[in-house]
Amino acid sequence: MSAIFDVRNLKKTFGGLVVTNDVSLSMAPGDRVALIGPNGAGKTTFVNLVTGNILPNAGSVMLGGQDVTRLGPTERVRRGLVRSFQVTRLFSEMTPEEHVALAILQREGRSGKMFASHRAMPDVMEEGHTLLSRLGIAHLARHRVSEIAYGQQRLLELSLALALKPKVLLLDEPAAGVPQSDTARIEQAIADLPSDLAVLMIEHDMDLVFRFAKRVVVLAAGEIIFDGSPDAVTKDVRVRQAYLGSYADARSVA
Amino acid sequence: MAMLSNSDTLSVTSDRRARLTRDAVGVLVILALGVAGYVLFPNNLALLTRITAIALLVLSLDLVTGYCGVATLGHAALFGAGAYGAGIAAAHFGITDPVAMLAVGIIAGSIAGLISGVVVLRAHGLPQLVLSIAIIHLAHEAANKASGWTGGSDGLSGIMPDAVFGVWQFDLWGRTAYVFGIVLLVVTFVLLRQIVRSPFGMLCRGIRQDPVRIRAMGGSVHGTLIRMYIISGAVAGAGGALNAISTQVVGLDSLSFTLSAEALVMLVLGGTGSLYGALLGTVTFLWFEDVVSAANPFHWLTIVGALLIAVVLFAPKGLYGSLAAYFERRGRKNP
Ligand SMILES: Nc1ncnc2c1ncn2[C@@H]1O[C@H](COP(=O)(O)OP(=O)(O)O)[C@@H](O)[C@H]1O
Ligand SMILES: [Mg+2]
Repeated sequence: MSAIFDVRNLKKTFGGLVVTNDVSLSMAPGDRVALIGPNGAGKTTFVNLVTGNILPNAGSVMLGGQDVTRLGPTERVRRGLVRSFQVTRLFSEMTPEEHVALAILQREGRSGKMFASHRAMPDVMEEGHTLLSRLGIAHLARHRVSEIAYGQQRLLELSLALALKPKVLLLDEPAAGVPQSDTARIEQAIADLPSDLAVLMIEHDMDLVFRFAKRVVVLAAGEIIFDGSPDAVTKDVRVRQAYLGSYADARSVA
Repeated sequence: MAMLSNSDTLSVTSDRRARLTRDAVGVLVILALGVAGYVLFPNNLALLTRITAIALLVLSLDLVTGYCGVATLGHAALFGAGAYGAGIAAAHFGITDPVAMLAVGIIAGSIAGLISGVVVLRAHGLPQLVLSIAIIHLAHEAANKASGWTGGSDGLSGIMPDAVFGVWQFDLWGRTAYVFGIVLLVVTFVLLRQIVRSPFGMLCRGIRQDPVRIRAMGGSVHGTLIRMYIISGAVAGAGGALNAISTQVVGLDSLSFTLSAEALVMLVLGGTGSLYGALLGTVTFLWFEDVVSAANPFHWLTIVGALLIAVVLFAPKGLYGSLAAYFERRGRKNP
Protein backbone atom coordinates (compact mmCIF):
# COMPACT_ATOMS: atom_id res chain seq x y z
CA MET A 1 0.00 0.00 0.00
CA SER A 2 1.25 3.50 -0.71
CA ALA A 3 2.46 5.63 2.18
CA ILE A 4 0.09 8.14 3.72
CA PHE A 5 2.88 9.38 5.93
CA ASP A 6 6.43 9.63 4.68
CA VAL A 7 9.24 11.30 6.54
CA ARG A 8 12.61 11.52 4.84
CA ASN A 9 16.02 12.32 6.28
CA LEU A 10 14.81 14.52 9.10
CA LYS A 11 17.57 16.26 10.95
CA LYS A 12 17.46 18.53 14.00
CA THR A 13 20.18 19.94 16.19
CA PHE A 14 19.77 21.95 19.35
CA GLY A 15 22.86 24.12 19.64
CA GLY A 16 25.29 21.48 18.42
CA LEU A 17 23.45 18.54 20.00
CA VAL A 18 22.12 16.30 17.23
CA VAL A 19 18.71 15.24 18.49
CA THR A 20 17.33 13.83 15.25
CA ASN A 21 19.85 12.39 12.87
CA ASP A 22 18.71 11.49 9.39
CA VAL A 23 15.46 9.86 10.46
CA SER A 24 13.24 8.36 7.77
CA LEU A 25 9.98 6.62 8.50
CA SER A 26 6.90 5.91 6.49
CA MET A 27 3.49 4.50 7.30
CA ALA A 28 0.62 3.18 5.21
CA PRO A 29 -3.06 3.46 6.12
CA GLY A 30 -3.85 0.92 8.81
CA ASP A 31 -0.33 0.73 10.20
CA ARG A 32 0.14 0.34 13.92
CA VAL A 33 3.67 1.36 14.75
CA ALA A 34 5.26 1.62 18.18
CA LEU A 35 8.13 4.07 18.53
CA ILE A 36 10.30 3.15 21.46
CA GLY A 37 13.66 4.21 22.77
CA PRO A 38 15.44 5.29 25.93
CA ASN A 39 14.61 8.61 27.56
CA GLY A 40 16.10 11.49 25.65
CA ALA A 41 16.37 9.45 22.46
CA GLY A 42 14.51 12.14 20.55
CA LYS A 43 11.05 10.59 20.26
CA THR A 44 9.10 13.68 21.29
CA THR A 45 11.33 15.85 19.16
CA PHE A 46 10.53 13.61 16.20
CA VAL A 47 6.81 14.17 16.78
CA ASN A 48 7.35 17.92 17.14
CA LEU A 49 9.24 17.99 13.86
CA VAL A 50 6.63 16.00 12.02
CA THR A 51 3.72 18.11 13.26
CA GLY A 52 5.49 21.38 12.53
CA ASN A 53 5.77 22.46 16.17
CA ILE A 54 9.50 22.85 15.58
CA LEU A 55 11.34 23.33 12.32
CA PRO A 56 13.86 20.74 11.09
CA ASN A 57 17.34 21.63 9.86
CA ALA A 58 16.85 19.30 6.93
CA GLY A 59 14.48 16.67 5.62
CA SER A 60 10.92 16.50 4.42
CA VAL A 61 7.51 15.46 5.64
CA MET A 62 4.99 14.09 3.13
CA LEU A 63 1.36 13.61 4.00
CA GLY A 64 -0.91 11.76 1.59
CA GLY A 65 1.64 12.31 -1.17
CA GLN A 66 1.92 16.06 -0.56
CA ASP A 67 4.90 17.87 0.83
CA VAL A 68 3.86 19.60 4.06
CA THR A 69 7.37 20.45 5.29
CA ARG A 70 6.73 24.14 4.86
CA LEU A 71 3.26 24.19 6.36
CA GLY A 72 2.50 25.25 9.92
CA PRO A 73 1.01 22.93 12.53
CA THR A 74 -2.57 24.12 11.96
CA GLU A 75 -2.46 23.31 8.27
CA ARG A 76 -1.03 19.84 8.93
CA VAL A 77 -3.78 19.07 11.42
CA ARG A 78 -6.36 20.10 8.85
CA ARG A 79 -4.82 17.61 6.46
CA GLY A 80 -5.31 14.84 8.97
CA LEU A 81 -2.05 14.73 10.93
CA VAL A 82 -2.93 14.81 14.61
CA ARG A 83 -0.82 14.31 17.70
CA SER A 84 -1.29 14.03 21.43
CA PHE A 85 1.14 15.55 23.89
CA GLN A 86 3.35 13.67 26.31
CA VAL A 87 2.84 16.44 28.85
CA THR A 88 -0.86 17.19 28.81
CA ARG A 89 -1.82 20.46 27.15
CA LEU A 90 -5.32 21.42 28.12
CA PHE A 91 -7.24 24.58 28.91
CA SER A 92 -7.32 24.58 32.70
CA GLU A 93 -10.35 26.87 32.96
CA MET A 94 -12.47 24.92 30.52
CA THR A 95 -14.44 21.73 30.96
CA PRO A 96 -13.91 18.41 29.15
CA GLU A 97 -17.25 19.00 27.44
CA GLU A 98 -15.97 22.29 26.03
CA HIS A 99 -12.69 20.70 25.01
CA VAL A 100 -14.21 17.94 22.93
CA ALA A 101 -16.91 20.26 21.56
CA LEU A 102 -14.21 22.64 20.39
CA ALA A 103 -12.28 19.81 18.76
CA ILE A 104 -15.36 18.48 16.99
CA LEU A 105 -16.41 21.94 15.81
CA GLN A 106 -12.87 22.64 14.70
CA ARG A 107 -12.80 19.43 12.68
CA GLU A 108 -16.05 20.40 10.99
CA GLY A 109 -14.98 23.98 10.35
CA ARG A 110 -17.69 25.30 12.65
CA SER A 111 -15.49 26.72 15.39
CA GLY A 112 -15.83 30.27 14.07
CA LYS A 113 -19.55 30.46 14.75
CA MET A 114 -20.37 33.49 16.84
CA PHE A 115 -24.08 33.32 17.43
CA ALA A 116 -24.51 29.76 18.53
CA SER A 117 -23.63 27.60 21.50
CA HIS A 118 -22.22 24.10 21.35
CA ARG A 119 -24.73 23.14 24.02
CA ALA A 120 -27.52 23.88 21.59
CA MET A 121 -26.01 21.52 19.02
CA PRO A 122 -27.31 18.02 19.78
CA ASP A 123 -24.97 16.35 17.28
CA VAL A 124 -21.89 17.89 18.88
CA MET A 125 -23.09 17.18 22.40
CA GLU A 126 -23.87 13.58 21.59
CA GLU A 127 -20.60 12.88 19.83
CA GLY A 128 -18.70 14.55 22.66
CA HIS A 129 -20.57 12.58 25.27
CA THR A 130 -19.94 9.31 23.45
CA LEU A 131 -16.26 10.07 23.23
CA LEU A 132 -15.92 11.03 26.89
CA SER A 133 -17.91 7.95 27.91
CA ARG A 134 -15.62 5.71 25.93
CA LEU A 135 -12.70 7.00 27.97
CA GLY A 136 -14.67 6.86 31.20
CA ILE A 137 -14.67 10.57 31.96
CA ALA A 138 -18.20 11.53 30.94
CA HIS A 139 -19.12 12.13 34.58
CA LEU A 140 -16.49 14.90 34.66
CA ALA A 141 -17.80 16.60 31.53
CA ARG A 142 -18.72 19.79 33.32
CA HIS A 143 -15.89 20.07 35.79
CA ARG A 144 -13.10 22.49 35.16
CA VAL A 145 -9.96 20.71 33.98
CA SER A 146 -8.01 22.28 36.85
CA GLU A 147 -10.26 20.31 39.20
CA ILE A 148 -9.76 16.85 37.73
CA ALA A 149 -6.99 14.36 38.39
CA TYR A 150 -3.97 14.18 36.11
CA GLY A 151 -4.75 10.64 35.01
CA GLN A 152 -8.15 11.79 33.81
CA GLN A 153 -6.60 14.78 32.09
CA ARG A 154 -4.47 12.28 30.16
CA LEU A 155 -7.64 10.56 29.01
CA LEU A 156 -9.06 13.90 27.88
CA GLU A 157 -5.83 14.62 26.04
CA LEU A 158 -6.33 11.42 24.08
CA SER A 159 -10.01 12.13 23.46
CA LEU A 160 -9.10 15.45 21.83
CA ALA A 161 -6.88 13.69 19.32
CA LEU A 162 -9.62 11.16 18.61
CA ALA A 163 -12.27 13.88 18.24
CA LEU A 164 -10.31 15.30 15.32
CA LYS A 165 -10.75 12.05 13.36
CA PRO A 166 -7.22 12.03 11.96
CA LYS A 167 -5.77 10.08 9.07
CA VAL A 168 -2.42 9.83 10.80
CA LEU A 169 -2.31 9.79 14.58
CA LEU A 170 0.83 10.29 16.63
CA LEU A 171 0.44 9.45 20.30
CA ASP A 172 3.22 10.57 22.63
CA GLU A 173 3.12 8.24 25.63
CA PRO A 174 -0.68 8.31 25.97
CA ALA A 175 -0.61 5.98 28.98
CA ALA A 176 2.09 7.81 30.95
CA GLY A 177 0.60 9.18 34.14
CA VAL A 178 -2.60 7.19 33.76
CA PRO A 179 -3.41 4.90 36.69
CA GLN A 180 -3.08 1.18 35.89
CA SER A 181 -6.84 0.78 36.26
CA ASP A 182 -7.46 3.19 33.38
CA THR A 183 -4.84 2.04 30.88
CA ALA A 184 -7.29 -0.59 29.61
CA ARG A 185 -9.60 2.22 28.51
CA ILE A 186 -6.81 3.84 26.55
CA GLU A 187 -5.90 0.54 24.96
CA GLN A 188 -9.50 -0.13 24.05
CA ALA A 189 -10.00 3.35 22.61
CA ILE A 190 -6.93 2.88 20.45
CA ALA A 191 -8.01 -0.61 19.42
CA ASP A 192 -11.40 0.79 18.38
CA LEU A 193 -9.87 3.32 15.98
CA PRO A 194 -10.82 3.03 12.31
CA SER A 195 -8.73 0.33 10.65
CA ASP A 196 -7.55 2.60 7.82
CA LEU A 197 -5.98 5.06 10.24
CA ALA A 198 -2.19 5.05 10.56
CA VAL A 199 -1.16 5.18 14.21
CA LEU A 200 2.28 5.76 15.66
CA MET A 201 2.48 5.36 19.41
CA ILE A 202 5.38 6.20 21.66
CA GLU A 203 5.19 3.92 24.66
CA HIS A 204 7.44 2.54 27.35
CA ASP A 205 5.22 -0.28 28.60
CA MET A 206 6.38 -3.20 26.48
CA ASP A 207 3.26 -5.29 27.18
CA LEU A 208 1.19 -2.48 25.70
CA VAL A 209 3.60 -2.19 22.79
CA PHE A 210 3.37 -5.88 21.96
CA ARG A 211 -0.42 -5.90 22.10
CA PHE A 212 -0.71 -2.78 19.96
CA ALA A 213 2.04 -2.85 17.36
CA LYS A 214 2.64 -4.87 14.27
CA ARG A 215 5.85 -2.99 13.76
CA VAL A 216 8.32 -1.51 16.20
CA VAL A 217 10.73 1.32 15.49
CA VAL A 218 13.55 1.94 17.93
CA LEU A 219 15.13 5.36 18.23
CA ALA A 220 18.36 5.83 20.15
CA ALA A 221 20.41 9.00 20.32
CA GLY A 222 18.41 10.50 17.48
CA GLU A 223 18.84 7.60 15.07
CA ILE A 224 16.61 4.75 14.05
CA ILE A 225 18.48 1.62 15.02
CA PHE A 226 15.72 -0.88 14.42
CA ASP A 227 12.58 -1.07 12.31
CA GLY A 228 10.87 -4.44 12.24
CA SER A 229 8.54 -6.90 13.85
CA PRO A 230 7.85 -6.98 17.60
CA ASP A 231 9.27 -10.50 17.72
CA ALA A 232 12.60 -9.44 16.34
CA VAL A 233 13.04 -6.34 18.45
CA THR A 234 13.81 -8.12 21.71
CA LYS A 235 16.46 -10.20 20.04
CA ASP A 236 18.22 -7.33 18.32
CA VAL A 237 21.68 -6.73 19.66
CA ARG A 238 21.84 -3.00 18.98
CA VAL A 239 18.50 -2.44 20.67
CA ARG A 240 19.65 -4.27 23.77
CA GLN A 241 22.85 -2.30 23.80
CA ALA A 242 20.99 0.99 23.46
CA TYR A 243 18.76 0.18 26.40
CA LEU A 244 21.62 -1.23 28.43
CA GLY A 245 23.67 1.81 27.59
CA SER A 246 20.98 4.10 28.84
CA TYR A 247 20.65 2.12 32.04
CA ALA A 248 24.39 2.22 32.51
CA ASP A 249 24.29 6.01 32.01
CA ALA A 250 21.45 6.34 34.43
CA ARG A 251 23.38 4.40 37.02
CA SER A 252 26.51 6.44 36.58
CA VAL A 253 24.52 9.66 36.95
CA ALA A 254 22.70 8.45 40.04
CA MET B 1 -27.19 6.43 21.24
CA ALA B 2 -30.96 6.61 21.08
CA MET B 3 -31.07 6.20 24.84
CA LEU B 4 -28.99 9.26 25.37
CA SER B 5 -30.77 11.59 23.05
CA ASN B 6 -33.80 11.97 25.28
CA SER B 7 -31.94 13.21 28.32
CA ASP B 8 -29.61 15.17 26.09
CA THR B 9 -32.45 17.09 24.52
CA LEU B 10 -33.74 17.74 28.00
CA SER B 11 -30.40 19.04 29.19
CA VAL B 12 -30.00 21.11 26.04
CA THR B 13 -33.29 22.90 26.67
CA SER B 14 -32.68 23.35 30.39
CA ASP B 15 -29.20 24.69 29.66
CA ARG B 16 -30.69 27.08 27.22
CA ARG B 17 -33.19 28.27 29.74
CA ALA B 18 -30.54 28.73 32.42
CA ARG B 19 -28.44 30.77 29.99
CA LEU B 20 -31.34 32.93 28.92
CA THR B 21 -32.25 33.54 32.56
CA ARG B 22 -28.71 34.63 33.36
CA ASP B 23 -28.64 36.96 30.36
CA ALA B 24 -32.04 38.38 31.24
CA VAL B 25 -30.77 39.06 34.75
CA GLY B 26 -27.72 40.84 33.32
CA VAL B 27 -29.86 43.00 31.05
CA LEU B 28 -32.27 43.78 33.87
CA VAL B 29 -29.43 44.79 36.17
CA ILE B 30 -28.04 47.18 33.54
CA LEU B 31 -31.50 48.61 32.89
CA ALA B 32 -32.25 48.95 36.59
CA LEU B 33 -28.96 50.75 37.17
CA GLY B 34 -29.72 52.89 34.13
CA VAL B 35 -33.10 53.90 35.50
CA ALA B 36 -31.64 54.45 38.97
CA GLY B 37 -28.98 56.73 37.50
CA TYR B 38 -31.60 58.68 35.60
CA VAL B 39 -33.78 59.14 38.68
CA LEU B 40 -31.09 59.66 41.32
CA PHE B 41 -28.62 61.82 39.40
CA PRO B 42 -30.69 63.87 36.94
CA ASN B 43 -28.08 66.61 36.97
CA ASN B 44 -25.24 64.22 36.33
CA LEU B 45 -26.43 62.50 33.20
CA ALA B 46 -23.43 63.75 31.23
CA LEU B 47 -21.10 61.90 33.58
CA LEU B 48 -23.26 58.78 33.42
CA THR B 49 -23.25 58.89 29.62
CA ARG B 50 -19.49 59.23 29.68
CA ILE B 51 -19.32 56.18 31.96
CA THR B 52 -21.47 54.30 29.43
CA ALA B 53 -19.17 55.25 26.56
CA ILE B 54 -16.07 54.26 28.50
CA ALA B 55 -17.79 51.03 29.54
CA LEU B 56 -17.97 50.16 25.83
CA LEU B 57 -14.24 50.83 25.55
CA VAL B 58 -13.48 48.62 28.55
CA LEU B 59 -15.76 45.84 27.24
CA SER B 60 -13.90 46.10 23.97
CA LEU B 61 -10.56 45.85 25.75
CA ASP B 62 -11.82 42.85 27.69
CA LEU B 63 -12.48 41.05 24.41
CA VAL B 64 -8.84 41.14 23.33
CA THR B 65 -7.10 41.25 26.73
CA GLY B 66 -9.44 39.31 29.00
CA TYR B 67 -10.66 36.71 26.54
CA CYS B 68 -7.71 36.42 24.16
CA GLY B 69 -4.78 37.37 26.39
CA VAL B 70 -3.43 40.13 24.14
CA ALA B 71 -1.51 42.76 26.10
CA THR B 72 -2.29 46.29 24.92
CA LEU B 73 -1.86 49.81 26.21
CA GLY B 74 -3.13 51.36 23.00
CA HIS B 75 -6.76 50.41 22.95
CA ALA B 76 -8.06 53.99 22.96
CA ALA B 77 -6.99 54.09 19.29
CA LEU B 78 -10.11 52.08 18.53
CA PHE B 79 -12.29 54.33 20.69
CA GLY B 80 -10.78 57.49 19.22
CA ALA B 81 -11.26 56.18 15.69
CA GLY B 82 -14.96 55.76 16.43
CA ALA B 83 -15.20 59.19 18.02
CA TYR B 84 -13.38 60.97 15.19
CA GLY B 85 -15.19 58.87 12.59
CA ALA B 86 -18.59 59.88 13.89
CA GLY B 87 -17.47 63.45 14.57
CA ILE B 88 -15.90 63.99 11.15
CA ALA B 89 -18.92 62.44 9.46
CA ALA B 90 -21.14 64.98 11.18
CA ALA B 91 -18.89 68.06 11.07
CA HIS B 92 -17.49 67.63 7.56
CA PHE B 93 -19.94 65.47 5.65
CA GLY B 94 -23.26 66.47 7.14
CA ILE B 95 -24.02 62.96 8.36
CA THR B 96 -25.89 64.10 11.43
CA ASP B 97 -28.33 61.28 11.93
CA PRO B 98 -27.17 59.76 15.24
CA VAL B 99 -27.70 56.18 14.12
CA ALA B 100 -25.72 56.85 10.95
CA MET B 101 -23.01 58.52 13.03
CA LEU B 102 -22.96 55.47 15.24
CA ALA B 103 -22.61 53.26 12.19
CA VAL B 104 -19.68 55.35 10.93
CA GLY B 105 -18.09 55.12 14.37
CA ILE B 106 -18.49 51.35 14.40
CA ILE B 107 -16.94 51.02 10.95
CA ALA B 108 -14.07 53.37 11.80
CA GLY B 109 -13.48 51.44 15.03
CA SER B 110 -13.49 48.12 13.19
CA ILE B 111 -10.92 49.36 10.70
CA ALA B 112 -8.77 50.71 13.53
CA GLY B 113 -9.19 47.32 15.23
CA LEU B 114 -8.04 45.51 12.11
CA ILE B 115 -4.98 47.73 11.76
CA SER B 116 -4.11 47.56 15.46
CA GLY B 117 -4.58 43.81 15.42
CA VAL B 118 -2.32 43.30 12.42
CA VAL B 119 0.43 45.35 14.10
CA VAL B 120 0.07 44.28 17.73
CA LEU B 121 -0.27 40.57 16.96
CA ARG B 122 3.11 40.52 15.27
CA ALA B 123 4.72 40.32 18.71
CA HIS B 124 4.11 38.73 22.10
CA GLY B 125 4.51 39.84 25.68
CA LEU B 126 6.47 43.02 26.31
CA PRO B 127 7.24 43.78 22.64
CA GLN B 128 3.50 43.49 22.03
CA LEU B 129 2.87 46.06 24.73
CA VAL B 130 5.44 48.38 23.18
CA LEU B 131 3.83 48.06 19.75
CA SER B 132 0.45 48.95 21.23
CA ILE B 133 1.94 52.04 22.88
CA ALA B 134 3.51 53.02 19.58
CA ILE B 135 0.12 52.72 17.89
CA ILE B 136 -1.65 55.04 20.29
CA HIS B 137 1.14 57.62 20.07
CA LEU B 138 1.11 57.51 16.28
CA ALA B 139 -2.67 57.78 16.17
CA HIS B 140 -2.60 60.69 18.61
CA GLU B 141 0.07 62.47 16.61
CA ALA B 142 -1.75 61.85 13.32
CA ALA B 143 -4.95 63.33 14.73
CA ASN B 144 -2.99 66.28 16.07
CA LYS B 145 -1.33 66.94 12.69
CA ALA B 146 -4.48 66.53 10.62
CA SER B 147 -6.03 69.52 12.34
CA GLY B 148 -7.96 70.48 9.22
CA TRP B 149 -10.05 67.36 9.78
CA THR B 150 -9.81 66.86 13.52
CA GLY B 151 -9.47 70.36 14.91
CA GLY B 152 -6.09 69.30 16.34
CA SER B 153 -5.54 70.22 19.95
CA ASP B 154 -8.60 72.51 19.98
CA GLY B 155 -10.78 69.49 19.40
CA LEU B 156 -13.35 68.80 16.73
CA SER B 157 -16.50 70.86 17.19
CA GLY B 158 -19.52 71.60 15.08
CA ILE B 159 -21.04 68.19 15.70
CA MET B 160 -24.80 68.68 15.75
CA PRO B 161 -26.62 65.36 15.77
CA ASP B 162 -30.26 65.26 14.65
CA ALA B 163 -33.04 63.86 16.72
CA VAL B 164 -32.91 60.08 17.25
CA PHE B 165 -35.22 58.51 14.63
CA GLY B 166 -36.36 62.07 13.97
CA VAL B 167 -38.25 62.03 17.27
CA TRP B 168 -36.01 62.49 20.29
CA GLN B 169 -33.96 65.69 20.23
CA PHE B 170 -30.68 65.81 22.09
CA ASP B 171 -31.49 68.07 25.02
CA LEU B 172 -29.42 70.27 27.29
CA TRP B 173 -29.76 67.90 30.24
CA GLY B 174 -28.40 65.03 28.23
CA ARG B 175 -31.46 62.83 28.75
CA THR B 176 -31.71 61.64 25.17
CA ALA B 177 -27.99 60.99 24.98
CA TYR B 178 -28.18 59.01 28.21
CA VAL B 179 -31.03 56.80 27.07
CA PHE B 180 -29.34 56.38 23.68
CA GLY B 181 -26.20 55.25 25.49
CA ILE B 182 -27.94 52.80 27.81
CA VAL B 183 -29.81 51.21 24.91
CA LEU B 184 -26.54 50.93 22.99
CA LEU B 185 -24.86 49.34 25.99
CA VAL B 186 -27.64 46.81 26.50
CA VAL B 187 -27.69 45.80 22.83
CA THR B 188 -23.90 45.47 22.82
CA PHE B 189 -23.94 43.48 26.02
CA VAL B 190 -26.49 41.01 24.68
CA LEU B 191 -24.51 40.52 21.46
CA LEU B 192 -21.24 40.08 23.33
CA ARG B 193 -22.76 37.56 25.74
CA GLN B 194 -23.60 35.49 22.68
CA ILE B 195 -20.18 35.87 21.18
CA VAL B 196 -18.12 35.04 24.27
CA ARG B 197 -20.09 31.85 24.84
CA SER B 198 -20.12 30.78 21.21
CA PRO B 199 -17.66 28.32 19.67
CA PHE B 200 -15.71 31.38 18.54
CA GLY B 201 -15.58 32.62 22.12
CA MET B 202 -14.32 29.23 23.30
CA LEU B 203 -11.67 29.33 20.64
CA CYS B 204 -10.52 32.72 21.92
CA ARG B 205 -10.37 31.54 25.51
CA GLY B 206 -8.45 28.51 24.33
CA ILE B 207 -5.95 30.72 22.53
CA ARG B 208 -5.37 32.72 25.70
CA GLN B 209 -4.68 29.58 27.71
CA ASP B 210 -2.62 27.60 25.20
CA PRO B 211 -2.20 28.61 21.56
CA VAL B 212 -0.09 25.51 20.88
CA ARG B 213 -3.02 23.30 21.81
CA ILE B 214 -5.36 25.32 19.60
CA ARG B 215 -3.02 24.79 16.65
CA ALA B 216 -2.82 21.10 17.48
CA MET B 217 -6.61 21.08 17.06
CA GLY B 218 -6.28 22.70 13.65
CA GLY B 219 -7.37 26.10 14.92
CA SER B 220 -6.06 29.30 13.41
CA VAL B 221 -4.65 31.47 16.18
CA HIS B 222 -3.83 34.57 14.18
CA GLY B 223 -7.01 34.59 12.12
CA THR B 224 -9.17 34.20 15.19
CA LEU B 225 -7.39 37.00 17.04
CA ILE B 226 -7.73 39.34 14.08
CA ARG B 227 -11.45 38.65 13.94
CA MET B 228 -11.75 39.38 17.63
CA TYR B 229 -9.78 42.59 17.18
CA ILE B 230 -12.25 43.74 14.52
CA ILE B 231 -15.21 42.98 16.80
CA SER B 232 -13.42 44.76 19.61
CA GLY B 233 -12.90 47.74 17.30
CA ALA B 234 -16.61 47.82 16.51
CA VAL B 235 -17.49 47.93 20.20
CA ALA B 236 -14.89 50.57 21.08
CA GLY B 237 -15.92 52.53 17.99
CA ALA B 238 -19.52 52.49 19.20
CA GLY B 239 -18.30 53.90 22.51
CA GLY B 240 -16.33 56.60 20.75
CA ALA B 241 -19.30 57.51 18.58
CA LEU B 242 -21.51 57.70 21.66
CA ASN B 243 -19.02 60.07 23.21
CA ALA B 244 -18.96 62.26 20.09
CA ILE B 245 -22.75 62.30 19.83
CA SER B 246 -23.35 63.05 23.50
CA THR B 247 -20.64 65.67 24.09
CA GLN B 248 -20.72 67.10 20.55
CA VAL B 249 -16.96 67.54 20.60
CA VAL B 250 -14.09 65.13 20.05
CA GLY B 251 -10.77 65.88 21.73
CA LEU B 252 -7.33 64.36 21.41
CA ASP B 253 -7.83 62.86 24.86
CA SER B 254 -10.13 60.27 23.28
CA LEU B 255 -7.09 59.02 21.37
CA SER B 256 -4.61 59.11 24.21
CA PHE B 257 -2.23 56.81 26.00
CA THR B 258 -3.79 57.94 29.29
CA LEU B 259 -7.24 56.75 28.27
CA SER B 260 -5.76 53.45 27.06
CA ALA B 261 -3.99 52.90 30.36
CA GLU B 262 -7.03 53.91 32.39
CA ALA B 263 -9.19 51.48 30.45
CA LEU B 264 -6.75 48.71 31.35
CA VAL B 265 -6.85 49.79 34.99
CA MET B 266 -10.66 49.71 34.98
CA LEU B 267 -10.63 46.24 33.43
CA VAL B 268 -8.19 44.87 35.99
CA LEU B 269 -10.15 46.56 38.76
CA GLY B 270 -13.38 44.87 37.68
CA GLY B 271 -11.85 41.58 36.61
CA THR B 272 -10.62 40.42 33.22
CA GLY B 273 -12.32 37.79 31.12
CA SER B 274 -15.87 38.61 32.14
CA LEU B 275 -18.24 41.18 30.70
CA TYR B 276 -19.64 41.93 34.15
CA GLY B 277 -16.14 42.58 35.42
CA ALA B 278 -15.55 45.12 32.66
CA LEU B 279 -18.80 46.94 33.49
CA LEU B 280 -18.24 46.87 37.24
CA GLY B 281 -14.66 48.09 36.89
CA THR B 282 -15.66 51.02 34.71
CA VAL B 283 -18.50 52.17 36.92
CA THR B 284 -16.44 51.79 40.10
CA PHE B 285 -13.39 53.58 38.75
CA LEU B 286 -15.17 56.51 37.13
CA TRP B 287 -17.63 56.97 39.97
CA PHE B 288 -14.82 56.76 42.51
CA GLU B 289 -12.75 59.21 40.48
CA ASP B 290 -15.65 61.63 40.35
CA VAL B 291 -16.45 61.45 44.05
CA VAL B 292 -12.87 61.52 45.25
CA SER B 293 -11.74 64.27 42.91
CA ALA B 294 -14.62 66.46 44.09
CA ALA B 295 -13.97 65.73 47.76
CA ASN B 296 -10.21 66.04 47.59
CA PRO B 297 -9.00 67.65 44.37
CA PHE B 298 -5.35 67.55 45.45
CA HIS B 299 -4.93 63.97 46.53
CA TRP B 300 -7.51 62.12 44.50
CA LEU B 301 -4.91 60.44 42.30
CA THR B 302 -3.19 59.16 45.43
CA ILE B 303 -6.44 57.75 46.70
CA VAL B 304 -7.22 56.11 43.38
CA GLY B 305 -3.71 54.62 43.41
CA ALA B 306 -4.27 53.22 46.90
CA LEU B 307 -7.56 51.67 45.80
CA LEU B 308 -5.83 49.97 42.90
CA ILE B 309 -3.06 48.57 45.05
CA ALA B 310 -5.65 47.28 47.49
CA VAL B 311 -7.58 45.53 44.73
CA VAL B 312 -4.50 44.01 43.14
CA LEU B 313 -3.22 42.75 46.49
CA PHE B 314 -6.46 41.59 48.09
CA ALA B 315 -8.69 40.80 45.12
CA PRO B 316 -6.30 39.83 42.31
CA LYS B 317 -9.17 38.53 40.19
CA GLY B 318 -10.72 41.99 40.31
CA LEU B 319 -13.92 43.01 42.06
CA TYR B 320 -16.25 40.87 40.00
CA GLY B 321 -13.87 37.92 39.73
CA SER B 322 -13.36 37.82 43.48
CA LEU B 323 -17.08 38.13 44.22
CA ALA B 324 -17.86 35.35 41.75
CA ALA B 325 -15.16 33.10 43.24
CA TYR B 326 -16.47 33.80 46.74
CA PHE B 327 -20.03 32.85 45.84
CA GLU B 328 -18.84 29.78 43.94
CA ARG B 329 -16.99 28.59 47.06
CA ARG B 330 -19.99 29.27 49.27
CA GLY B 331 -22.33 27.60 46.83
CA ARG B 332 -20.17 24.50 46.97
CA LYS B 333 -20.10 24.42 50.76
CA ASN B 334 -23.89 24.73 51.07
CA PRO B 335 -25.31 23.22 47.93
N1 LIG C 1 13.87 22.74 22.92
C1 LIG C 1 14.97 22.04 23.19
N2 LIG C 1 16.16 22.66 23.33
C2 LIG C 1 17.29 21.96 23.59
N3 LIG C 1 17.33 20.64 23.74
C3 LIG C 1 16.17 19.95 23.62
C4 LIG C 1 14.94 20.62 23.35
N4 LIG C 1 13.96 19.68 23.27
C5 LIG C 1 14.56 18.51 23.49
N5 LIG C 1 15.88 18.65 23.71
C6 LIG C 1 16.84 17.59 23.94
O1 LIG C 1 16.68 16.65 22.91
C7 LIG C 1 16.85 15.35 23.38
C8 LIG C 1 15.65 14.51 23.00
O2 LIG C 1 14.55 14.92 23.76
P1 LIG C 1 13.10 14.27 23.55
O3 LIG C 1 12.76 14.35 22.11
O4 LIG C 1 12.18 14.91 24.50
O5 LIG C 1 13.36 12.75 23.96
P2 LIG C 1 12.33 11.58 24.28
O6 LIG C 1 10.96 12.03 23.96
O7 LIG C 1 12.79 10.45 23.44
O8 LIG C 1 12.51 11.26 25.74
C9 LIG C 1 17.08 15.45 24.87
O9 LIG C 1 18.47 15.37 25.09
C10 LIG C 1 16.56 16.81 25.21
O10 LIG C 1 17.25 17.34 26.31
MG1 LIG D 1 9.28 12.23 25.10
